Amino acid sequence: MHGRPRKPQKPVDDASIAKAAKLRVLQAQFFQNHHDKIYAKEALEISAKLLETNPEAYTAWNYRKLAVEHNLRSETDPDAIKAVLDEELRVVESALRRNFKCYGAWHHRKWVLNKGYSSVDHEFRLLDQFQKADSRNFHAWSYRRFVAALKNMSEEEELKYTTDMIETNFSNYSAWHNRSVLLSHLLKQKIEGFTPREKVLTEEYELVHQALFTDPDDQSGWFYHFWLLDQTVTPGAPVLVSSWPAHGSDLFVSFKGNLDGGVSSSFTSFCSDKGAFPLIIYFNQSVGGINSSTVTVKHLFDKNEDLIWVPLATNNSGNAQAWVTFLRFPDVKDDSLKAYPVEVKVGHSQCAFTVSLRSIDSKHGEGGSDMEMIVWKDDSFHASEPLLLSPPVVSLDQATTNKEPEQIDSRWHEETLANEIALFQELLSEINCKIGKLTLARLLRAHDKMIYKMPFADEKTHSKEVLDLFSDLMKLDPSHSRYYKDEHSLVLMEQVVSNRESLLTYCWKYGEAHPSYLCNPICLRLSKLSLSRIGSFENLLWVQMLDLSHNELWSIEGLEAMQLLSCLNLSNNKLRSFTALEPLKLLKSLKVLNISYNEIGAHSIDTSRYLFSSPLSHTVGDDWNIDAYVTDGVKMNYWEAAVIFKGLYLTQLDVVGNAIVDEKFNLFLTHILPSLVWLDGDRVY
Amino acid sequence: MHFNGEQQRQSIICFLVCSLKGFTMGELEVEKHAQYILSVEKRKDDFESVVMEHLRMNGAYWGLTTLDLLGKLETVDKDEIVSWVMSCQHESGGFGGNVGHDPHILYTLSAVQVLALLDKLDVLDIDKLANYIASLQNEDGSFSGDMWGEVDTRFSYIAICCLSLLHRIDKINVEKAVNYVVSCKNLDGGFGSIPGGESHAGQIFCCVGALAITGSLHHVDKDLLGWWLCERQVKSGGLNGRPEKLPDVCYSWWVLSSLIMIDRVHWINKEKVARFILDCQDKENGGISDRPDDAVDVFHTYFGVAGLSLLEYPGLKAIDPAYALPVHVVNRIFFGR
Repeated sequence: MHGRPRKPQKPVDDASIAKAAKLRVLQAQFFQNHHDKIYAKEALEISAKLLETNPEAYTAWNYRKLAVEHNLRSETDPDAIKAVLDEELRVVESALRRNFKCYGAWHHRKWVLNKGYSSVDHEFRLLDQFQKADSRNFHAWSYRRFVAALKNMSEEEELKYTTDMIETNFSNYSAWHNRSVLLSHLLKQKIEGFTPREKVLTEEYELVHQALFTDPDDQSGWFYHFWLLDQTVTPGAPVLVSSWPAHGSDLFVSFKGNLDGGVSSSFTSFCSDKGAFPLIIYFNQSVGGINSSTVTVKHLFDKNEDLIWVPLATNNSGNAQAWVTFLRFPDVKDDSLKAYPVEVKVGHSQCAFTVSLRSIDSKHGEGGSDMEMIVWKDDSFHASEPLLLSPPVVSLDQATTNKEPEQIDSRWHEETLANEIALFQELLSEINCKIGKLTLARLLRAHDKMIYKMPFADEKTHSKEVLDLFSDLMKLDPSHSRYYKDEHSLVLMEQVVSNRESLLTYCWKYGEAHPSYLCNPICLRLSKLSLSRIGSFENLLWVQMLDLSHNELWSIEGLEAMQLLSCLNLSNNKLRSFTALEPLKLLKSLKVLNISYNEIGAHSIDTSRYLFSSPLSHTVGDDWNIDAYVTDGVKMNYWEAAVIFKGLYLTQLDVVGNAIVDEKFNLFLTHILPSLVWLDGDRVY
Repeated sequence: MHFNGEQQRQSIICFLVCSLKGFTMGELEVEKHAQYILSVEKRKDDFESVVMEHLRMNGAYWGLTTLDLLGKLETVDKDEIVSWVMSCQHESGGFGGNVGHDPHILYTLSAVQVLALLDKLDVLDIDKLANYIASLQNEDGSFSGDMWGEVDTRFSYIAICCLSLLHRIDKINVEKAVNYVVSCKNLDGGFGSIPGGESHAGQIFCCVGALAITGSLHHVDKDLLGWWLCERQVKSGGLNGRPEKLPDVCYSWWVLSSLIMIDRVHWINKEKVARFILDCQDKENGGISDRPDDAVDVFHTYFGVAGLSLLEYPGLKAIDPAYALPVHVVNRIFFGR
């Protein structure tokens, strides 16, 4: 079926018909024998002939196994048994010569070997032949692993085999793959000769460099090198990197209305009508098992064991980088501005902040009738006064009082990275190659992450160089330009939000008239930055109002960590479906949402269908019923929108400019969102 | 045949969309491919057909799904097909590739998919079939293809997909099944056929599909695998199955569907893949081949058309990337509408 040239169609000639008829007779005879359970010599020969002509006739392999079992059922002489099994091996070999990728043949061989009467050394000789014919035959490599296990070959010996293969020809991805499997086992088990880990990895770097620098366009070494890099930079145990409220901050919580401006830094004020405020903790990697026994919170108005921690993830894994719990506060009638401390301890990390409660008699009603509409135009915003506003200190590295017992030897990591960076810069000075640029970009980024651990550090990073590299790559390798663009966006976000001065230039104060729940009028405006992807959420936990309009976002993955978000503008982006908005389901504070001018309803293929909770992926309960999301006369197209919006209490929504929108859809929205006051700029009655 | 107003409107829209997307109207030889499939179905006497008899059940699935995507499924005799499919069922509950052939999980899925396409799942004794599949799960969570014990993640996908379509996924140990698939994850982010097996786009499709259907995609490093998958696109625009191999139309399905399930399909140049598939057509006789100017077959015709559907080629029905069936069929099964 593969690799056969197209020939002009000619009428089926007599010779071909005869050949087909002959095969049909053979097959008919075979099936007769199979169904009548005849395993005599002549019958066996028919099956052998069939498999020689057509090794894919899988029933024949089954038949031969039945025949072997039948004919050997009362045989005890090992030589006789071996003779029968050798015949099976001969039939397999003959089939493999016809098609060396035949699953049935390879499995039959394994079945025979498992009986324990066959020479394993012979198998290695056979494998050497296959390796010479096609070094990428994964059946042969898989069979080799099977035979090596039978012979109890050590992983070191098999590692040497991969070294031999690689040194014969670098372009042997299968050998590199096998090497990665063996080496990671040897390293994990700390086998003698494979410690210290750093020494082994250094040698592997040297080996893969030869492959990469000999022919940079050959992919065989790329992924192995990327794996080595991952081994060099990956952090050990999870560490807390940020929180909200942030370490060292003074939080002002007000309830029943508006917080006067000028009382405090607007970055750390929060309004709540629920008698509780969120405590968000953010780790450097996804973690599980966060609960009141692994996290200790010292809070005046809560018992630690009563606190329930929830992972902020759009999947059912129970793991997440961000976790949230809610800290209650009492209805203090007096105007007490007394600040009380809160301490959070998890693992070797901790943070502390203070909370002041403020009760204010509201001048503005909370009713929907005088709810002002948020207008996302430029003239609604003015620059925030720098004096009042310092971004929350985010880093917890300073807060960590206890060092982790297994502190990674960071010197080797830094030196290795520096060495790699130098090597790839040299490579690029000679050859302008894609893998050179991509690897250098990754190395510089990893280097920055490792060295500049403190956000808001004003030291120079490599951000600009990395951004330039990704821009170059978009031109050098246009087929993959959107991969490089996504990486570019993530680095751009890092650059924008990780630096105190830079972040402030993107913070704006929203105008005078605004809804009562918008007690914190600071808006982070990241529009028109050509962002296709967002990240750096650990630095954005404090954001209540976010403008991401006029970008190229296809996903909002990770946004679920931003628990304080009450106003979000995603208009004029490239969001393709409601399933891409799943993170919004976790944003319980969201009141104002603008998703106008996206591509929802414009695509026949939904690329986030399986990242969304639905019966198709068994991520909803047994009692889930589509009827809860589909009302009479409403097309089934809307059920995903229903799932997203049902849990939210939006007061303002903009959807115009999406293909799915029409009168029917808007009517459906007003049913599903009873709290809605504004839809596409018009009042809802 | 005359056009009614709606059809006229549709063909105008199709023309406009085609032009906008850079496809010339009529690039995909819909009629010719449909005719090709129907002719293959009837062909019995040449050598090629005899040699392929053992996988006729797969062929039925490829052919019929392609016809449905092309909007031509109504041309087949549904009752005849159903009757033939059922005659391939074994007393164990499993299906063989053809009448009299031994049962195997491969053909069992194809049988269920064919019946799903024709909306005839009700002819099945569902529990009997589900029990056959459940009986093939091993202690470590893996699945054997049949009683002879070959283990492969292809079979994990098949079991999960098949039982899910029949609403019987609880008959297997899903947690163990998922863990076994995850144990086949490699350091390049891809998946092999068994633990330690090299990453291959076909196996990746099976593993990602199995994880997608069981709500377990969080086990996939989407960025890492997405990069490995997008690097399957070679200079000609076609997709290969693993590094340093030749492009092949069948990878248009396995690489594209995997990329779509993890929402990274925009990392390849979709227009170039579509161009490659269209260049693999036999525009005179119908059918699609693995590479331009090679011999055509039903297998590559299906993968080519399914690939174009995933690329939103105008005029084709949408196909679901995990269940490998038209979206309207999947919706019918899971939402009853």
